[in-house]
Amino acid sequence: MRAWLSLLGRELRLALRHPADSLAAVLFFVLVAVLFPFGIGPAPEALARLAPGALLAAALLAALLPLDRLFGADAEDGSLDQLLLSGLPPSAVAAAKAAAHWITTGLPLLAATPVAAAMLNLPVEAWPAAMAALGLAAGFLSLLGTAGAALTLGARRGGVLLPLLVLPLAIPAVIFGAAGIEAAAAGLSARPYLLLLAALLAAAVPLAPLAAGAALRVE
Amino acid sequence: MLEARDLACLRGERVVFAGLSFTLEAGGALLLTGANGAGKSSLLRLLAGLLTPAEGRLLWQGRDALADRAAHAARLRYVGHGDGLKPALTARENLLFYARLWNGEVELALAALDLLPLADLPARVLSAGQRRRLGLARLALGVAPLWLLDEPTTGLDAASVERLGALLARHRAAGGLVVAATHLPLPLPAAQELRL
Repeated sequence: MRAWLSLLGRELRLALRHPADSLAAVLFFVLVAVLFPFGIGPAPEALARLAPGALLAAALLAALLPLDRLFGADAEDGSLDQLLLSGLPPSAVAAAKAAAHWITTGLPLLAATPVAAAMLNLPVEAWPAAMAALGLAAGFLSLLGTAGAALTLGARRGGVLLPLLVLPLAIPAVIFGAAGIEAAAAGLSARPYLLLLAALLAAAVPLAPLAAGAALRVE
Repeated sequence: MLEARDLACLRGERVVFAGLSFTLEAGGALLLTGANGAGKSSLLRLLAGLLTPAEGRLLWQGRDALADRAAHAARLRYVGHGDGLKPALTARENLLFYARLWNGEVELALAALDLLPLADLPARVLSAGQRRRLGLARLALGVAPLWLLDEPTTGLDAASVERLGALLARHRAAGGLVVAATHLPLPLPAAQELRL
């Protein structure tokens, strides 16, 4: 556990030295949310109707941005070999990568959610549900994305392959997340949808690192 | 004691080497030589457990070394082609993670390869030879009986080669094993040579 925490600490320190990566994802997220009012027209009802789905789609796409370098940089400079020889099982290395991705990409997206939600005219009552849904969905995507990044490591055009592999699997998160935000906007409880989303996350926590670890081993 | 029995390595469809055997006693050193593409790096990766042999067995103290990869990883240090450095971290920070992992002393490792004056510079600004030294400084962190070195002296100046020689001599005197692939003369006296 101590070794795992030092690996996580190393990943966070590295992310801190490259803040542009996290910032790019957040700006991408906000910009996509800004594009909707331009495309649809500023009719508040139409925007609010679209807001839940648009928020989730924008956030998941933004969270995908840093994923193709998740293992790539380490593989190129030889760090990945050292990590695989660190005594941590490959799945633990993958789990640390996923956790670091969530902290450095998912959390900043969460912080930017109110801005994006305001652009999309989402009722303020639904903002807490939106943040909860985005936090859970981003965690789910971090885990799926880590498995995808490990699988596409070393593949030609891995950066294109990765979203094709990961986004279809993220569909359930979009459905439950958007439904939760919609329920909250209508004054209903978002709880059942958020719980389903949390269940997805709970299933991915052990499975995705195992898949990623196996893929790293084979490489 | 490290023993290889009839090791074979496949890369894609190509047989890189086959029927490779050697025995290395405590304190011993094995020098891998051969043309480019002969499989020196593949053999080192295989000995590290980063590749799985297509055939044959690798024994450590008479037992299958690759059965428990985590235990095997704990008894070796691998210095590959890449230095495994992060350009954004300082020299000291680059070693810090491995020092925690292996209970090593960062300052001692930095001193062993004369890196103390560079300790607070980001690895990005180091020269190729200095980066190589920083990669090699991992050898001086903690204790591991088996050192696997891939072209360790590439880019090193004479003084650094001498420092590496001292490190290798100390390691072998304490009963450590060294397997090194090289095209350049290495400070490894009385090493067996294996031509691939």
